[in-house]
Amino acid sequence: MKPKAPRIRMPKAAKPGEIIPIKTKIRHPMETGWRKDGNGKTVPRNRITRFVCRFNGALIVAADYDAGIAADPYLLFHAKVTGDGVFTFRWEADGNETYTAEVPFQVGAGA
Amino acid sequence: MLATPIKELHLSRREVLQAGGAAVVTALLMGLPLPVQASPKDVKQRLDELTKGAELQEGRVAIELPALTQDGKRTRIRVTVESPMTDEDHVKAVHILAERNTVPKVGSYFFSPMSGKVDITTRMRVAKSQTIVVAAEMSDGSFYYTKARCRVARGAGGCG
Repeated sequence: MKPKAPRIRMPKAAKPGEIIPIKTKIRHPMETGWRKDGNGKTVPRNRITRFVCRFNGALIVAADYDAGIAADPYLLFHAKVTGDGVFTFRWEADGNETYTAEVPFQVGAGA
Repeated sequence: MLATPIKELHLSRREVLQAGGAAVVTALLMGLPLPVQASPKDVKQRLDELTKGAELQEGRVAIELPALTQDGKRTRIRVTVESPMTDEDHVKAVHILAERNTVPKVGSYFFSPMSGKVDITTRMRVAKSQTIVVAAEMSDGSFYYTKARCRVARGAGGCG
């Protein structure tokens, strides 16, 4: 299963200094490496191990994922927006695979 | 049989084979569920690793988790931590641990004052009915934790 583009949802507008919710979801099987397929063969491990969100380069949230994170990892977190800028999202998976996304954010835009 | 003095112990070939067979079966039963599941002891050990001797206090952390989950493969968990989230006083990290998953570590989340507040929601695997422990590390090096019990509906366990 090839991961689709990550889905990111956040408010369109905010006041400077406001705390906004950000919802992220990425399609990924999060194989633990312990499961066996129908033929009794072990399904190789394939997990997202790290997620990082930054705003203009400053860390908002980072996460280390272990086996207990469900497939298609979903994460809702919050960020304090001080001004205009760009949110960057990065998921790192086994086998040096990375998925990234960028979302520009303007304070007061569309209000 | 254990009380039998050794010199009186005469085993027939059949008895030896039966004993050997039982041993193999026992070994299989114990060895088969590879990877072995975690235990509350493993969570304790992990917490000791994280706190490095610092006191683990109850409070400031809140978990929202269903008391009974119908789907252990993806169970919603919300974690909030009370903190002003300033440069001097903020939450550095949150660790979710499961006492009876295959490995106790679920996820660790790291924050900065730019996070604004610690209020996260994610979906975790709950292998079987168990206690979920969430520990928060503050910028001053103190640790807070809370735990919640989560039962898994029959047949709804999430591997992991």
